[in-house]
Amino acid sequence: MKKALLVAECRQGRLVADYAELPGFARALGSESSMVLVGYPEELPRFDGRLHFADAREYGEYNPDVHKRLVLRAVEAERPDYVVFMHSSYGWDLAPRVAAAMRAAQVSEVSGIGDGGFVTGCCNGKMRRTVRPLTPCAVLTLRQGAFHAERGGEPRCLPLEAEKAASVQLLRYEPPAGGGIDLSRAEVVVSAGRGVGRQEHIELVRALAEALGGEVGASRPVVDAGWLEHGRQIGSTGQTVAPSLYVACGVSGAIQHVAGMKGSGFVIAINTDRDAPIAEVADLLVAADLEQFLPVLISKLRS
Amino acid sequence: MKILVCVKQVPDMEGRFNPNAAGTWFDEAGLAFRMNDYDEFAVEEAVRLKERLGGEAEVTVLSVGPDRVIETIRKAMAMGCDRGVHVRDEGAAERDPWQIASMIAGYARSRAYGLVFTGMQSLDRGSAQVGVLVAELLGLSCATTAVGFSCDGGTATVERELEGGAKAVVRLKLPALVTCQLGLNNPRYPTLPNILKAKRRELVILTPDELGIEAPLVATAGFSRHERSGACTVLEGELDGLAARVIDLLDERTAVLRRGGGR
Ligand SMILES: Cc1cc2nc3c(=O)[nH]c(=O)nc-3n(C[C@H](O)[C@H](O)[C@H](O)COP(=O)(O)OP(=O)(O)OC[C@H]3O[C@@H](n4cnc5c(N)ncnc54)[C@H](O)[C@@H]3O)c2cc1C
Repeated sequence: MKKALLVAECRQGRLVADYAELPGFARALGSESSMVLVGYPEELPRFDGRLHFADAREYGEYNPDVHKRLVLRAVEAERPDYVVFMHSSYGWDLAPRVAAAMRAAQVSEVSGIGDGGFVTGCCNGKMRRTVRPLTPCAVLTLRQGAFHAERGGEPRCLPLEAEKAASVQLLRYEPPAGGGIDLSRAEVVVSAGRGVGRQEHIELVRALAEALGGEVGASRPVVDAGWLEHGRQIGSTGQTVAPSLYVACGVSGAIQHVAGMKGSGFVIAINTDRDAPIAEVADLLVAADLEQFLPVLISKLRS
Repeated sequence: MKILVCVKQVPDMEGRFNPNAAGTWFDEAGLAFRMNDYDEFAVEEAVRLKERLGGEAEVTVLSVGPDRVIETIRKAMAMGCDRGVHVRDEGAAERDPWQIASMIAGYARSRAYGLVFTGMQSLDRGSAQVGVLVAELLGLSCATTAVGFSCDGGTATVERELEGGAKAVVRLKLPALVTCQLGLNNPRYPTLPNILKAKRRELVILTPDELGIEAPLVATAGFSRHERSGACTVLEGELDGLAARVIDLLDERTAVLRRGGGR
């Protein structure tokens, strides 16, 4: 039986909950598993198996040089076929360091298993690749939400140690720049994406939101460009919304955007590209240029 | 200080993708190529650092790929990079991150860069590996996902973006590599005089073998269109009719219009 070493994470004093998808993946793969964590004794994962554990009060939270060494220690102890991270800000940062040290293949953001390899999306979710590692041990990062969460009982803790010299030092955390805008209870959200093309066209999106009695949201490039306030960004690094109606205007539907709106009721996309990945979560895709279509829709709604 | 910025040319994601004959990547026919979004932020940050440092600071831009990537190198030079390096590699699109990183590291190894900037990932492959692998191969300190950057000679301070938009502020010893996230800065548009100037800047052409390309660590076993799992209705046609259908569906499927929307 293959063996997987699962790497969990603690951030800002807490165990990050999606660690539970790691054992779910190991089960889907049909492999045995053990876990490694730099964390806190009062925040242990619920996992049936060996947990190689180092205390974050001693080894720090984001401390990649040292965490790499600790994970490599656990690799020496377990000799796994796979070292598995979540594709999170911790995982995509640490996984390649571990892979490089082992000269191991890495497959990023795995969303499925099949056809002699690991399935991963590419080209903004329009295409998918199946990738086969060519090295005896492979490093993987998992797409959030792709595998079932699975929790067990108390893990069996084994202490981990490593040298503490580091070239990167975590100074502090800063909270998100929210700006006091809360879209989480809005019944209707109309979002502007980069497809609005110009700042002036934000007014069309605003007018549609008004006509539908809703709030204006945005994709990341729109707030990065300063066309709307940062607090209106929807997605994995912005707000999460679940309105009964979500209208995405010129939003392609990147996974990080969809993470913030996939709980919406009825989803309408307005997009010139009928293959835009937003169709994955939309009920309706209006294949049209929003600059021409929105004025028509708004005036019909008003009359 | 010597600064290196690594850029990739990627297709426009709005294009229509079709698998190539081997079924291992996409066919480039009909696709329009441009600089990877994330890399625009990397170029801008490298140029800003040079401008702040003044004096002897200089920026080299490097791209691996077929001849079409020269356009992207020229764009980076028009944004302010001093010199370009084109690693001419017809097969680049299907190389794995380890191979790309081995070439970049092969170039940078003996050249004592104080800072290396890359995008955090590419739009097409999106592996988020190359930057970190280069740092590991060169023994540079490294932080990913930068949305803030400053440098005071001996150290760099990076704001790393975390889930939910929180940030971790980290300090790196130099030499260092930073992978850049969207929103790190406002990438400048090249002006016409700068575009013309860029045409006269030095562009060195190298081959993968000269840079010691390594063997791949992964193989592509399949490449296909992502089949939609949802049941999305696609509406097309004349705008008045489309708007009427949308309003009918809003009425059927949501309570929005009854709640007093539609003003
Ligand atoms: C770690 C990380 C976190 C991220 N967090 C977030 C996040 O929280 N939120 C977020 O939104 N993104 C986030 N992103 C960025 C995300 O990956 C995408 O880059 C972003 O969502 C794209 O925004 P967009 O859809 O507006 O632009 P694009 O992807 O450029 O899409 C524009 C769309 O508009 C369409 N279009 C163009 N012209 C027209 C027209 N005239 N009429 C109609 N349609 C038109 C195009 O067909 C296209 O589909 C994150 C990325 C990373 C790596």
